[in-house]
Amino acid sequence: MRVKSTLLTFVFTVLLSTASWAEHHDANHDTHADPEKDIKAEIKEFIAHHLQDTHDFHLTKGVSFPLPVILWDNGFQVFSSSKFHHGETVAEHNGNFYKLYHGKVYKTDAEGTITYDDYHHAVNEKPLDFSITKNVSFILIVSVLMMWMFSRMAKSYKTNPIPTGIGRFLEPIIVYVRDDIARPNIGEKHYKRYMSFLLTVFFFVWIINLLGLTPLGVNVTNNIAVTFSLAIMTYLITTFTGNKHYWKHIFWMPGVPTPMKVILAPIELLGTIIKPFSLMIRLYANITAGHVVLMSIIGLMFIFKSWIGSPLSFGLAFALALLELLVAALQAYIFTMLSALYFGSAVEEHHDH
Amino acid sequence: MEKLINDFSVGLFFWQTLLFLVLVFFLRKFAWKPILEAVEGREEGIKNALDAADKAKADMEVLNADNERILAEAKAERDSLLKEAREMKENIITEAKEKASLEADKVMASAKEQINNEKQKAVTELKNHVASLSIEIAEKVLKSELKDADKQKELVGAALKEAELN
Repeated sequence: MRVKSTLLTFVFTVLLSTASWAEHHDANHDTHADPEKDIKAEIKEFIAHHLQDTHDFHLTKGVSFPLPVILWDNGFQVFSSSKFHHGETVAEHNGNFYKLYHGKVYKTDAEGTITYDDYHHAVNEKPLDFSITKNVSFILIVSVLMMWMFSRMAKSYKTNPIPTGIGRFLEPIIVYVRDDIARPNIGEKHYKRYMSFLLTVFFFVWIINLLGLTPLGVNVTNNIAVTFSLAIMTYLITTFTGNKHYWKHIFWMPGVPTPMKVILAPIELLGTIIKPFSLMIRLYANITAGHVVLMSIIGLMFIFKSWIGSPLSFGLAFALALLELLVAALQAYIFTMLSALYFGSAVEEHHDH
Repeated sequence: MEKLINDFSVGLFFWQTLLFLVLVFFLRKFAWKPILEAVEGREEGIKNALDAADKAKADMEVLNADNERILAEAKAERDSLLKEAREMKENIITEAKEKASLEADKVMASAKEQINNEKQKAVTELKNHVASLSIEIAEKVLKSELKDADKQKELVGAALKEAELN
C-alpha cells in the first residue's frame, strides 16, 4: 500500500513539474527569435536556476512567498525579499541599496549598477547574507516536522510499549540504524554516544532528499554549504572523541619503521580531513547530478519536436525519478554509515598488533 | 571548484549548522532517548520472557524426569517386593517339605527300629520256645524210646505235628 502511494506521488511529481514547466516555457516561447537555440539556453538556465537557492519561495509561475532578508552590513539589515521584486528591482533599506545578481545579494547604488571584472564576475561589495532563503526555510520546516514526528512517536511509548501509527514504520528504521550501522561500526561499548547524531543525520538527509523530489523543487542537499555543515560535524565529532590510540595511529603509526612513521603522519592527518570532505562532495554531487539529469530529461520534451518527445521524456523521467527515490535513501544511508565508520575508528580499542 | 567556492553561502551554512544542532539536541532529549530506551526496554522484556519460558521448560523437564524416576523406582520396589514374597513363599514351602520328609524319615526309622526290636524279641522268644519245645520233645522222645521203638517213632511224629501247630 505504501509502495503504491509512493509510486503515485512520484507519478504526480513528474507530471506536475512537467506541466508547470511547460506552462513556463510556453509563456516565453513567442518572444524569442531563434526558438531552438533559445530553448536549449532556456533549459540550461532553468536547471541552473532550479539548483540555486533563492530569496523567495517560488511555488509556480506567479505564486511565490517573500522571505525575510537578513544582511550583515554595519549591523543587521532585515527586510522582506518582496523588495527585490524577484531580482528585477533594487531594494532600498536604511539608505543602503541592494540588488540580486545570480541569486546573490550585492550592495549597489540607487540605479543598481553592477560592475564586472574581466571574467564577468560582479565585483560589487557582498554583504554577509544570513537571509532566511528558500533552503533555510525548508531546513526549518523539515526540522519542525522531524521534531513533531519523533517526539510524538516517543510519547506514544509512554502509554504503549508497542509502536503505533507512523512509529510502526519508523521504529524498524531506527532499530536498523542502531543495529546495522552504529553497533557494528562503532562497537557495543561506545555506540550509544553517537546515536543521536547518526539518527538525526540519517532522517534529516533522507527526508530532505525525498522532499527535494516533490514538485516544490527544493533541493537542500545540493548546496555545498549544507553538506559542508553536515560533514564538518562528523569531522569535529570524530576529532574530539578520538582516543589516544586514534591519535597514535595518525601521528606515530605503530608497527612500521621510524622513517615510515614520519612519512605516514602527514598522510594520515590529511586523511582525517579527506574522509569528511568525501562525505561532503558525495552527498552534494549525487543529489545535484540527480536533479540535473532529471530536469534535462524533462527538458528533452521541448527539444524533440515530434510526438515521440513527450512520452519518451516522461518515461525516462519516471524511471529516473524512481532511481532518485532510491538515491535519496542511499545517500542518507551512506552518509550515516561512513560517519559511524569514522566514529568507530576514533574510539576503537586497539590491542597489540 | 571555483564555482563551488563562489556558490558557498555563509548564511546557509550558518542556518544549517544552527538548525541542525538544535534539531540534534531537541531530538536527543525528546525523541531518540525515550525511543531507544523504550525499544531497549522492550527487547530486554522479550529476552527476559524468553529466558523465563526456557527456564520453565527446563524445570518442567526436570519435574517430568523426577516423576518418571519416582514411578520407575516405585515399580522396581513393587517388583522386588513381589519377588521377595514369592521367594519367601517358596522357601517356606521347601522348608516345610524338608521338615516333613525329615520327620517322616525319623518316624520311619523309629518304626523300623521298633519293628526290628519286636522282631528280635519275637525271634528270641521263638528261639527260646523252640529250644524249650525241642527240649520237651527230646524229653518225650527219650522217654518213649526208652519203651518202644514204634512208639518212639509215633511220638516223634506226634511231637512234630504238635510243633507245627504251634
